[in-house]
Amino acid sequence: MIGILASVIDGVLVGAVYGLAAMGLTLIWGVMNVINLSHGAIIVLGMFVVYFLTGATGVTAYLGIPLVLVVGFVAGVIIYWISVNRVIGQPILMSLLATFSLNMIIIGLATAAWTTSPYNVPVSLPGISIQGYTFTGTHIMAAVIASVTAGLLYLFLHYTRPGKAIRAVASNREAAELNGIPTRQVLSMAFGLGVALACISGALIATLFPFTVLSGGAYQLKSFVVTVLGGLGNPAGALLGGIALGMVEGLATPFTPVSWTPIIEFGLFVLTLIAFPRGIFSFSRP
Amino acid sequence: MSETVSQEVAKAGTFKPRHAAGEELLRHLRQPFPWLIVIFTAVCALLPIVTDDVSLRESILLAAVYVTMATNLNLMIGYAGYVNFGNIVFFGLGGYVGVYLATSWHVHVLVASIIGGIFVSALAYLFGRGILRLRGAFFALATIGVNEAIRAFVTNFEPWGGATGIYLSMDAYEPLGGPMQGLWICYFLIIAVMGLSLLLSYAIKTSKFGLGLIAIGQNEDAAAVLGVPTPRYKAIVYSISGFLPAVAGGLYFFKSGIIEPTSAFDLTASIEAIVMLMLGGAGTVTGPVIGAFLYEELRGYLLVSETFSHLQLVLAGALLLVIVLFVPGGLMGFLFERMPWLRKWLQ
Amino acid sequence: MKKSLYLLAVAALFAAGPAIAQETLTIGFTASQTGKLNNDSTSQLRGFEMWRDDVNAAGGIKAGGKSYKIKFVSYDDESQGTRVQQLYTRLITQDKAQFLFSPYSSGLVATAAIISEQYGKVMLSIGGAEEKTYKLGNKNLFQLYTGAGQYLAGALEVLKQKNPKAKIAFVYEDDPFSKAVAQATRELAKKDGFTVALEESYSSGTTDFGPVINKVISSGADALLGGGHYADGSTLARQLHDQKAKLKWVTLLVAPDSPNFAKLGDAAVGISVPSQWEPQVTYKPDFGPTPAEFAKKFTDKYKIAPGYHAAGGYAGGLILQHAIEKAGSIDPAKVAAELNKTDATTLFGQTKFSTDPKSHGLQLAHKMVVAQWQKKGDKLVKEVVWPDNAKTASPMY
Repeated sequence: MIGILASVIDGVLVGAVYGLAAMGLTLIWGVMNVINLSHGAIIVLGMFVVYFLTGATGVTAYLGIPLVLVVGFVAGVIIYWISVNRVIGQPILMSLLATFSLNMIIIGLATAAWTTSPYNVPVSLPGISIQGYTFTGTHIMAAVIASVTAGLLYLFLHYTRPGKAIRAVASNREAAELNGIPTRQVLSMAFGLGVALACISGALIATLFPFTVLSGGAYQLKSFVVTVLGGLGNPAGALLGGIALGMVEGLATPFTPVSWTPIIEFGLFVLTLIAFPRGIFSFSRP
Repeated sequence: MSETVSQEVAKAGTFKPRHAAGEELLRHLRQPFPWLIVIFTAVCALLPIVTDDVSLRESILLAAVYVTMATNLNLMIGYAGYVNFGNIVFFGLGGYVGVYLATSWHVHVLVASIIGGIFVSALAYLFGRGILRLRGAFFALATIGVNEAIRAFVTNFEPWGGATGIYLSMDAYEPLGGPMQGLWICYFLIIAVMGLSLLLSYAIKTSKFGLGLIAIGQNEDAAAVLGVPTPRYKAIVYSISGFLPAVAGGLYFFKSGIIEPTSAFDLTASIEAIVMLMLGGAGTVTGPVIGAFLYEELRGYLLVSETFSHLQLVLAGALLLVIVLFVPGGLMGFLFERMPWLRKWLQ
Repeated sequence: MKKSLYLLAVAALFAAGPAIAQETLTIGFTASQTGKLNNDSTSQLRGFEMWRDDVNAAGGIKAGGKSYKIKFVSYDDESQGTRVQQLYTRLITQDKAQFLFSPYSSGLVATAAIISEQYGKVMLSIGGAEEKTYKLGNKNLFQLYTGAGQYLAGALEVLKQKNPKAKIAFVYEDDPFSKAVAQATRELAKKDGFTVALEESYSSGTTDFGPVINKVISSGADALLGGGHYADGSTLARQLHDQKAKLKWVTLLVAPDSPNFAKLGDAAVGISVPSQWEPQVTYKPDFGPTPAEFAKKFTDKYKIAPGYHAAGGYAGGLILQHAIEKAGSIDPAKVAAELNKTDATTLFGQTKFSTDPKSHGLQLAHKMVVAQWQKKGDKLVKEVVWPDNAKTASPMY
């Protein structure tokens, strides 16, 4: 019994981090109707930023997160102007391919620079042990940071001027433009924000698991699942979606072989898409 | 490019009464384009024999598989406007059924592959009725989900060897006269599948069905109002677009001698097919062919070149980005715009 | 003055010329320069390259009155099967490779073997331990490694000594090699009277082992056998440590063999690995360097101790060289016949291939050892703990 509980708690902790990763994806999606296929590569960038930062300065990974945020935001804005701006409002295929080509470029450059060997960010925090099951400190810390970041995003979107502008552009771009909001600048800001969130989640994942240049693909797929569970374009739903996914995985593993988890995961994904295209947690929109 | 599509959609608005089947066929035979397809297919089949270059055969074979995938994908993306991101699932699943029948039941590889194709088509029709209710990005995501779910299932499916997959023994090639000859036979069959894909693509494009699809691609609600039975058309095209890739999958994996889930359901290969389609020009029959051959040559070259092998992914990505941003019609779209007379000859 | 120099040069040419005809022997292969197999494959590639440099420095392979300098042609297979066949065909037909080395990992070997068989090219399989590939009727494929079925037999022997009633958890990567190993070992374990407490496989890209480890803890297992390749194995070890799983014995495939494994620090302590070869082994080679000489040279060159992939790569070259020299020809059929007769000891240990048509090329003689990471003072060292006649330290249970 305690084993099942431990498994669920573990699932929820990791799920919160996946939720944060999905938040970046879903924010971009909700605001400009672009599925960012370079999401995985960007998560990996976040991992490497924190890796080099801790390696060079010796500070703990968590203190580096504000810097990851800044780097991610700047990178996101640059990416927006290079590859996304021209495909806004075009058929979905165009933005899919534009961001995918970016994915290829980032991964190609990263492979040339860092090879595809695994990397680790060494962090150790005391964990909590209950009856032989251990919840590591890094998992707890990552879940806390993910939740705090999600909360800050909510406050930003609802209580600041740029945040409100993003929401205005998301709900009706023409109307926003007529009201004097520089929509392209706002879009680039939203894209930067989405990329920054992905980078932070990457930084947190790096403290939990080892990673390679190619790790992003798996997290990108997870983000898709979370996004669909939480509702497309719904950042608050993403965190809930991530936690829900973590719970489902945690509940399933004690009873089924772990290799069946992806079947459950993607089966749920397709069924949710068909049954609730707006997501299960789609009660609040940005 | 957009101009012609709208012209065709305009035509779709006034559906002409059906020609008799024979008359229809004759009309096609008077066109130059189907003959070009036949000639092209024959050249592909003969080139490695004439030049006696097996290396060339391998390269054309891979390109022919790509052409098959890109061309059938074009039915979905280029005509109906539905982005099927998980198109590789047809290829992989068809491969599994084909290889399984050929090894465990000793069915001739061609028959096995065709059964694989029928199985995949039927399955696609059933799935299609469900997921084709989704539009745009939602549909694209659902196809990724289907691919991943099936990959995860096959990984755990012991009769197909689970994660290990199925290995073919050298004996498997005996019915074809040994491995050496077997590979040639597989080659010709795959080239034939490629030729059929192109003819299918042409036939659909010039049919009432095809015009209905293009209308769906342009504006689905308007098409429905004009009387195009959209749910049925979409499910049918989804199902058809799975058939030949599945057959090609059976032949290809039989030829490779091994099939395993990671290579059979590789999402990257799916996306590569989209890239080829865009490179050549979506919505045209010729485009995917040119795109597939160019892409295969380019990747093949970059992979073995000393200077670029480290940067091959970067260069391929940069090329794709340039196309998407500046030449969204692909190569054929670009050519048709500059040389309108080409339309007479190419589709 | 100029003229005399010219004459001198011509004379020198003639003096060197007729003595021995200098030709080139091309060996082709693909390596995983990128992708998930990168770490293991690179080490193997270094083994190949060191062999080539040694041979060329000694004047090449001498066969039938000629001397052949070794030339490599190799491409990156991206750790994926998609292009392996295309690249091997290219190696054979365009680059005119006379002999082939296999790619790394069982799945890729099986893919490449179809092509090498078709063209009747001799291929030395280094890094394809899964036995199924050799039971398909291949005639020109020769396996250097001990087959997957025997990989964990040594670990079971150690367990038998320490705790014959141990409850074992099998946790392994879902790939051809690891699965073959785990399934064969599970049967052996049952026969030996062990309890199988848990059997779980995980997909190749797994990084989060939390759920599996919780299951291991729930199962009350004493020992864990399994793993897969470098990336997942090192992660599993690290997370077992983080989650304080109270296991008394852990044997993982492949990963702990790599010198990089020591970077895990405390998480590496006590982890053992079935190894095809360790630098401490004391084989007396019939030809080629001794294990100690090889290890020293390798360490000097690459600033890292050789793992078994490196030694296997070097030995693969040696075995091929030996067969060519014996055959006195580079004719594939003659060399294959010599390889069939091979029964030799190199730095890598004994090598003998099966000549039974049903399992042709399967490795029969090579023996594995079990190595374990132990703490010596502050330093982590990999000690050979099994078999008894080769061990450098006692197993830590």
